[in-house]
Amino acid sequence: MASLELRNVVKRYKSQTVLDNLSLSVADGETLVLFGPSGAGKTVLLRLVAGVIDPDEGKIFIGGEDMTDLDAEFRGVGMAFQNFALFPHMTAFDNIATPLQAKRSSQSAMKAGVESVAKLLKIGHVLSHKPRALSNGQKQRTALARALVGSPPVLLLDDPLRNVDAKLRFEMRLELPRLLADRGATVVYVTQDYKEAMALGDRIAVMSQGVIKQLGTPEQIYREPANIEIARLFGDPTINLLDVKPSRDAKGIYVGLSNVQVHLTGAYDATVGRDCVIGLRPEALRFVDEGTSAAIPVTVEAETPLNEKIVTLVRTVRGREILVSRPAGTAGQTEGRAHIAVDGKSALLFDRANGDRIGSKNVVNLRSGEAA
Amino acid sequence: MEHTSLLERILRGIALTLVVIFFMFPIVWILMMSFQTNETILRIPPQLVFKPTLANYTALITGKLTTAAGTLDIAFMRNLWNSVFLSVTSVAVALLLGVPAAYAFARHKFRGSEDIAFTLLSFRFAPALLVLLPLTLYFQKLGLANTYIGLIWVYQLICLPLILWIVRGYFEDIPADIEYAYRIAGHSWFATFRKIALPLAGPGIAAAGLLAFIFAWNNFIFALVLASADKQPVTVGALAFITSSGIQYGQISAAIVLSITPTLALALYAQRYLVEGLSLGAVKG
Repeated sequence: MASLELRNVVKRYKSQTVLDNLSLSVADGETLVLFGPSGAGKTVLLRLVAGVIDPDEGKIFIGGEDMTDLDAEFRGVGMAFQNFALFPHMTAFDNIATPLQAKRSSQSAMKAGVESVAKLLKIGHVLSHKPRALSNGQKQRTALARALVGSPPVLLLDDPLRNVDAKLRFEMRLELPRLLADRGATVVYVTQDYKEAMALGDRIAVMSQGVIKQLGTPEQIYREPANIEIARLFGDPTINLLDVKPSRDAKGIYVGLSNVQVHLTGAYDATVGRDCVIGLRPEALRFVDEGTSAAIPVTVEAETPLNEKIVTLVRTVRGREILVSRPAGTAGQTEGRAHIAVDGKSALLFDRANGDRIGSKNVVNLRSGEAA
Repeated sequence: MEHTSLLERILRGIALTLVVIFFMFPIVWILMMSFQTNETILRIPPQLVFKPTLANYTALITGKLTTAAGTLDIAFMRNLWNSVFLSVTSVAVALLLGVPAAYAFARHKFRGSEDIAFTLLSFRFAPALLVLLPLTLYFQKLGLANTYIGLIWVYQLICLPLILWIVRGYFEDIPADIEYAYRIAGHSWFATFRKIALPLAGPGIAAAGLLAFIFAWNNFIFALVLASADKQPVTVGALAFITSSGIQYGQISAAIVLSITPTLALALYAQRYLVEGLSLGAVKG
């Protein structure tokens, strides 16, 4: 098995910098999810590691060895592409067998290897089919099988669930972590789906415009997002973001929401009088009875039951819209006037000027490769 | 199934028949002429019913042309062989050089690659005669005039750009990821070229090869200037039928029939690959 390290990698296309002095290390056996909008440079990063494109600057290490100038076939990585990239003129069996062929495995070893991985991915019955005759789900599994079959120490998965239907995506999201853990490989997994990122990653690297904006465990990314953008990307329904200007009184720092003072817990002393944005996760809000302390009066606008949870859109007296989420089956206001309470501990405060979260401890400055 | 009335079908049938007659008429007429003597061909008005003769074919195959002025030796079978040899070899050389070059142009954008590709294409812009005059002088100096090697070399002007540009497009249509996947699986770039790029561009290569073959086969001017009798292909050799005692229409027709047969057979044979190639592109994904 092998660790993976990128050191000060720069990749430019013409005048555009796609990866900007990026450093990243993935521990042996770890699953790192690269998450970010399209154009963030996730796929480029994966391809640099695979060796199909070369970095303009920087070094790439796999298992401690400098692989920067090595061609793709010598790097020993497995990769599954977003568009599957199956060889259309070969059967599924031959597709999966290509990495074993390259290793000059014997016919029997090849057959055994392909069949065991095919069984694992439940495509044993379609091995004689050409890609044209496979369903999207089977194609995706064939592509995955091809990446897995040679037991590569490093696995690169480029949004492999992007082009499959919702049901299969859900199933694979459940199966993949075990599958990857069993292999013991170091995995870099690219996705645009935050649920996938949360479900699969030991750590998540949030990328945007060629740099890693935040690197942390799924828990950290969710609870302590580095900036507004990341807070907005993780979570469904999306986080409520309201403009506030914190003030101080005897009890500490507070923000005014609809003339109600909501006290915040945390080191927010420096924020007094500054333009800020408060981020409130919909599930951190709850309906309360009138008269409860710091209850904010609202009007219920609409309610959406989503099976396991119910999302309510409410409007404050100042006309700001807020989403409140509660588990299905729990009591809540369904119409008319209501009151909500804010959990001051889980509230996130962002600087309105630059979008950074205030008081964030684990924002890693990766631009120069040093953790700040 | 489309809904069509009887009238529509009849009209369509008539239209199709007219088109077929229009395009097939010259070929059928030549085929008929090839079985007639000069006298029956030149009869006025022309008649559809005649007593077929194989004299024209015998004359061509034996190489003895009997005219009013006596017996002439003609090298038609030799010409036919020259045509086959020149076209096949030229296309083979062009494929050998052009396919790897097309791959390079499709996959690697190196400095000046577009310029080189365009220069190769521009060989097709220049009128053949313009190129031929200096070429003849060079070839005479180099000792390449009237040699197969020289002719095959010049034929590259016809075949190479055609193959290069057609095949390049087919290579470009192969998603790069497919090739990357094969590389990552542990194969060298050459194995990738052989096992992935070549088979996937196969129909395109076949189409380009076929077109190049037809162009090479039909070439007249290069061989006319650069080759003497024993190296001439049929296109030039057919001039021999214009004799002092008249034009031998029967033999010309028989010669045409014999000389279009190989290309026609090849086209019919390769047709299904061409169709396959087109439909393969349509379901890419």
